[in-house]
Amino acid sequence: MTHFTKRSLLTALAALPAAALLAPAAHADIEVNVNRGDVQPLPIALPIFSGGQIGADIVGVISANLQRSGLFRPLDPASFVERDLTIAVQPRFPAWQQIKAQALIVGQASLVSGRLEAGFHLYDVFAEHELGFANHGTGSGGLQFASSPENWRRLAHKISDAVYERLTGEKGYFDTRVVFVAESGARGSKIKRLAIMDQDGANPSYLTDGSAVIMTPRFSSNTQEITYMELRPEGSKIYLLNLETTRKESLGDFKGMVFAPRFSPDGGKVAFSVERGGNSDIFVMDLKSRATARLTVDPAIDTSPSFSPDGSMIAFNSDRSGSPQLYIMGADGSNPRRISFTQGRYTTPVWSPTGEFIAFTKQTGNQFHIGVMKPDGTDERILTSSYLDEGPAWAPNGRVLLFSRQVAGGGTKLWSVDVTGRIIQPMPYPGSGSDPAWSPLLN
Amino acid sequence: MITIRNSGSALRLALISAAAVSLAACASHPKPAYPTTQPAPPSRPVEPPRSPAPAPQPEPVSQAPLPGSERDFTINVGDRVYFDYDMYSVRSDATPLLDAQASWLKRYPAVQVRIEGNCDERGTQDYNLALGARRANAVRDYLVAHGVTAGRITTVSYGKEKPIDAGTGEAAESHNRNSHTAIVGGARMQ
Repeated sequence: MTHFTKRSLLTALAALPAAALLAPAAHADIEVNVNRGDVQPLPIALPIFSGGQIGADIVGVISANLQRSGLFRPLDPASFVERDLTIAVQPRFPAWQQIKAQALIVGQASLVSGRLEAGFHLYDVFAEHELGFANHGTGSGGLQFASSPENWRRLAHKISDAVYERLTGEKGYFDTRVVFVAESGARGSKIKRLAIMDQDGANPSYLTDGSAVIMTPRFSSNTQEITYMELRPEGSKIYLLNLETTRKESLGDFKGMVFAPRFSPDGGKVAFSVERGGNSDIFVMDLKSRATARLTVDPAIDTSPSFSPDGSMIAFNSDRSGSPQLYIMGADGSNPRRISFTQGRYTTPVWSPTGEFIAFTKQTGNQFHIGVMKPDGTDERILTSSYLDEGPAWAPNGRVLLFSRQVAGGGTKLWSVDVTGRIIQPMPYPGSGSDPAWSPLLN
Repeated sequence: MITIRNSGSALRLALISAAAVSLAACASHPKPAYPTTQPAPPSRPVEPPRSPAPAPQPEPVSQAPLPGSERDFTINVGDRVYFDYDMYSVRSDATPLLDAQASWLKRYPAVQVRIEGNCDERGTQDYNLALGARRANAVRDYLVAHGVTAGRITTVSYGKEKPIDAGTGEAAESHNRNSHTAIVGGARMQ
């Protein structure tokens, strides 16, 4: 069991003693455009932080994060010309221009009476000035984070998020975790356990013993609670699990199967499917009052509910038209309407945290795809294609999706794709896994 | 090892040996392995892999199942029927087996069964759970309509979690779209 340690992580952001110049006007700054599909990743130099091994370890995590985002290209440290940087001295910009670095991070890590502290400065190499973190601390200069030493990876993720946000203008997604289903065993007798790890695949831990098949784990907006479905021969149950206290409780007993749970954006409700006599409809439960309301009354399959970020709408999957398609309705079940109309079978709609898109799984012929469309059904974009891709899950900033990819006759792995479809890659988790869901940014 | 080219007989032999192995292992619910060597059906929609016909003569390789036992049901009646792609209506070729299941269950009224709906992997998880539930309930409704007391039957959907054929392609998928009738209590011990 993972013990979450947010209390031990000081998130107060203190500006380092101003080292160099004040940041000039923002218009001259380098920036990364996250909206362009043809964007060239920004070359960034990440010399290891001073302070020994921990400095190198922290930079290794930051570098991997930025690289995986597809928006940055960390340069080979062997190419660095200026070697003995410290945060107290401004870098020699021509030495970094020479290797075509556009951004440079200079930092240091140190242990101060049992606490790990790491501070850094970010520079625009060709403009030859520091990119200050104006919204934090004193208004310019670098950033400093502190944590207990065992939380050094989270500290590195927070630095990654700060750099990502400073250079793209959007929130990062690196200090997050992913719940998923860890798979082992042969097909037909797979063991599927509830699992959780950092978004970069580190610190995986397993939360169930494998005696039941676990499906569809989903995070609450409070980052501490997840809901998931347990499948046994006797039937299915939906559980709420508090990651901090490890308290687990059932949503209750229903006649028939229950499945496809997902929290409302405020964490106060869970929408899910209930099957009775072979017919599946969507219900919602208020977690405080435990009152349950039925949202769809239709002989068709109605499942995979997903709230809009403002909580006012629910996207869902139904075959009421004769084949599985995407629908949206009011969060009270009012005014259901179909939004997917092009050729193909559509399932697993998931509203993006920004509200901009609904991600989905689409089946055309013998291929499966992850795609996104606007909530009104326009601007459909297919992002992936393989024998079996399914179950998209949004990063909290709405820029990256995780999904499951199964090879024909083989195992299932976790993959990610950015919302432009340009960067598709396996998650850095060595095992088999499926059904990922992303936490919000941690506190 | 006995090999017989006729696929129907081969299936029956496989079922017998699988049941025997399961019994030897004291498994409470033997799940016969589906032979993966059957000729692949041509294309979708396809003819079903034929379910074992009722009442074969037991081969001498195994002790004859005791009437009213789980083995009797599995071997002499058959515990699985198959569905077309994304469909849940009971196929006409499945009705003889389900008729035999209904007769057998009426003959042994203490037996309780669980109908388990299964899907191929060419669909997503939530949808397949719902589809499997439809299949299990279609079989349940058929048995009830043919005289089996509803209170003796429960249903569950495994979605695509329990494929009986680990292969890929239409042949394997047609095996994995099924409903399995599992005896959960009241059968005579073998």
